Amino acid sequence: MAVLVNRDTRLICQGITGKVGTFHSNGAIAYGTRFVGGVTPGKGGQWWTADDGSRYPVWNTVAEAMREGGANATMIFVPAPAAADAILEAIEAGMPLIVAITEGIPVRDMYAVKRALAAHPEVRFIGPNCPGIITPGECKIGIMPGYIHRRGSTGIVSRSGTLTYEAVYQTTRCGLGQSTCIGIGGDPIKGLDFIDCLRLFNEDPETEQIVLIGEIGGDSEERAAAYIKEQVRKPVIGFIAGTRAPKGKRMGHAGAIVSGNSGTAEAKLAALRAAGVHIAESPATIGETVLAALRARR
Amino acid sequence: MKLHEFQGKALLRQAGVPLLAGRPCRTPDEAEAAARELGPPVVVKAQIHAGGRGKGTVYADAACTTLVRQGGVALAASPEEARQLAGQLLGNYLRTAQTGGVGKRINTVLVEAGCRIARELYVSVLLDRAAALPVLVASDAGGMDIEELAAREPQRIRRRHIDPALGLLEHQARRLGYELGLTPPQVAQFVPTARALVRAFLEHDADLVEINPLVVAADDRVLALDCKLSIDDNALFRHPEIAAWLDPDEEDPAELEAKRHEMAFVKLDGNIGCMVNGAGLAMATIDAIALYGWQQGAAPANFLDVGGGASAEKVTIAFKLILRDPAVEAILVNIFGGIMKCDTIAQGVLSAVREVGLDRPLVVRLEGTRVEEGKRLLAESGLAVIPADDLKDGCIKAAEAAARWRAARGLPPRPPLPAPASFATAIR
Repeated sequence: MAVLVNRDTRLICQGITGKVGTFHSNGAIAYGTRFVGGVTPGKGGQWWTADDGSRYPVWNTVAEAMREGGANATMIFVPAPAAADAILEAIEAGMPLIVAITEGIPVRDMYAVKRALAAHPEVRFIGPNCPGIITPGECKIGIMPGYIHRRGSTGIVSRSGTLTYEAVYQTTRCGLGQSTCIGIGGDPIKGLDFIDCLRLFNEDPETEQIVLIGEIGGDSEERAAAYIKEQVRKPVIGFIAGTRAPKGKRMGHAGAIVSGNSGTAEAKLAALRAAGVHIAESPATIGETVLAALRARR
Repeated sequence: MKLHEFQGKALLRQAGVPLLAGRPCRTPDEAEAAARELGPPVVVKAQIHAGGRGKGTVYADAACTTLVRQGGVALAASPEEARQLAGQLLGNYLRTAQTGGVGKRINTVLVEAGCRIARELYVSVLLDRAAALPVLVASDAGGMDIEELAAREPQRIRRRHIDPALGLLEHQARRLGYELGLTPPQVAQFVPTARALVRAFLEHDADLVEINPLVVAADDRVLALDCKLSIDDNALFRHPEIAAWLDPDEEDPAELEAKRHEMAFVKLDGNIGCMVNGAGLAMATIDAIALYGWQQGAAPANFLDVGGGASAEKVTIAFKLILRDPAVEAILVNIFGGIMKCDTIAQGVLSAVREVGLDRPLVVRLEGTRVEEGKRLLAESGLAVIPADDLKDGCIKAAEAAARWRAARGLPPRPPLPAPASFATAIR
């Protein structure tokens, strides 16, 4: 089952002819994702050649890619100044799944994205500033290293790229594997949030436990904790980065900042604990915390 | 990017926010001329990026040993007094409750006309992340610390979400004005001021506009007396004229240099320098150093995210940044190689070590793509690199290496730090 993406996902890349878009389109193809082509305005009608020699059409617009290529998912590698427009184009075209990898999109541009999303409930948007989404063995959309994943029972949702890889690596090594891993991104305004992903994992029969990786800034984790307490009947394992972050400093991610007394790691950890989430003390112990949680359940 | 008060006010003025007349001055001569032009009495305000300036203390040195005067904001009754005040402030250092024990150099003073204040209000505009909308926050309790007020008297704080395409609507501002207890003539002044503040926030891609206090003058004018304004870093490409206002005296030089190379660096006060790929893992690494190293007195000396595509050159720059800090007694490199392969990282680390000439112990934890090749390169290099199995092991080894480094120099061991809060969790 897994969630959001699978072998029926037909992926395009917006910004396919750029260096980064080319690199990660090749990564998706090498992983076995059903890749159908790309969009670069002004280069429509050309062909893009993958590293393995296969050729894919380039379209001028997302609407064409959907009509002619049957695309139902897009990954966006358009540079930040033009990224919001690329996202808006995909939303307006009704693309069912949009994944924006681009880092550095201004907040003001994201207001427009949120407004367009509200008018298009059929569209799901992941990111921006995220590693993407992967269902092991079926579909990889984004910049994560595919080979560390193994298909299994853990759903992973995270605000951080490299911490997701840690969680993946450890759940692979302890033999549980992953159903789907969703990087929701490190920006203050984003598409899918923890709650959306928790709901999907909670309803997915293949997902037996959920790893949630949060960080300082905002209150997504607190809201997720309330949802977990109310709705989630599967074990949830949590980690929060930024316990030692000084106040008022942005820690790499645009959204990772403690403003005044809000967004602290302590408040998030307390909320998650109160919701019965099993907390990993460091990213090195995510795997063992998952196993401990499962043992406690039996 | 944080702005000085006088810079923020220049943006507010462009957006049509009523302000007192004022002149930024960089010399006592300029301050005297400004006071003469504006007409005394005037207020002379030290320009640094910190609140609490009025109650701060001015010193002749950044370490705050030689006292100059109390108060970084003062009233001058004459142009001569304005000149004398500017002389005491400019080139000296102001320490406030928010500057963290050190003084910040005053390069500019703002000389402003005075006004008769009838009431003080609080107004700010910022992002409400949960709603994904800008929000206007207002209170009738001006001049107070807003966090304190929120904790003590939350009912005195009012919030209005703003449609970013439309700005603050007239009726929203009007209703807010009445709720704040303003009289009809005051409300008539408040509405355009509040709307202009929101316009400034939106037009300049601000992530915060805070006016504390927003004053109602005796003649019912509604004026921004103070201004704290910062711009969304991600939007600076749209505002090159604002980006050029960056005051290097307000920034950590290492943070600036890291930014130039598309890395994120934050100076911390511990002894373990660290270099990590990815913001989340970098945060988790500084947490882990504190968690596993406290018994040896170890704490992180910095946060450093070298980003996804760190090249050998970037690693070299990162090492130089870390080593420049004399407080660093050991370095922990923590890399999860995904797209960036571990052997590439290892090569980067080795070439950086050869170029920089490492004089402090180096612990390296590698995991991920081509990890065996990476570890082999480090082991066969002949350099004294301490390999770590995982992050916990790396933190413990870094703390121990720092302790040995101190001992070898005849320095006393660091006292243990308070134990971090327990992470033990009840399994349900």
